[in-house]
Amino acid sequence: MKIGRVVGTVVSTINSPVFDGRRLLVCDLLDAAGEPDGSYLICVDTVGSGAGEAVLIVDEGNSARQVLGMATAPVRAVVVGIVDQLDVDGEPVLREG
Amino acid sequence: MQLARVTGTLVATVKADGLEGVKFLIVQPLDRRRQPEGEPVVAADAVHMAGPGELVYIVAAREAAQALPNTFVPVDHAIVGIVDAVEELR
Repeated sequence: MKIGRVVGTVVSTINSPVFDGRRLLVCDLLDAAGEPDGSYLICVDTVGSGAGEAVLIVDEGNSARQVLGMATAPVRAVVVGIVDQLDVDGEPVLREG
Repeated sequence: MQLARVTGTLVATVKADGLEGVKFLIVQPLDRRRQPEGEPVVAADAVHMAGPGELVYIVAAREAAQALPNTFVPVDHAIVGIVDAVEELR
């Protein structure tokens, strides 16, 4: 899994039916220091996360389909959690909220 | 999933079984500021409505084939949506 920060949303009318009624979030991916590493993912939101929040992302198709409850879906990246705190090597990296 | 810009079309008469009727487009992956990132790839158009110049989002790897009517096909990138807007959240 990966850690990201919600920085935007994607608005789309014409799309695969899987995405109907779902929120698509643009998430900057964070490194172990909690800083953006320059890459990003467009993720399907499943936890109601919002602007600026640090989130837990799974970027793997089987898990994504499991979370969405669909046997087939062209989805890989899904936000599956909101990060409250992150510590690395005993040092606080993220303190949210 | 990632943002991409459609830059071209591809026609292949001879192709693997299951790919009949699948439209292929050339897409340039973009970073989230819509600047080109990496090399262009060939993507199957799963929304049947994307065309050159359009901003789309694509899914890569095995999940790409799941966007198509026949899900057991050799496809590794698919266009799964046309982007109306990318809204920055503050």
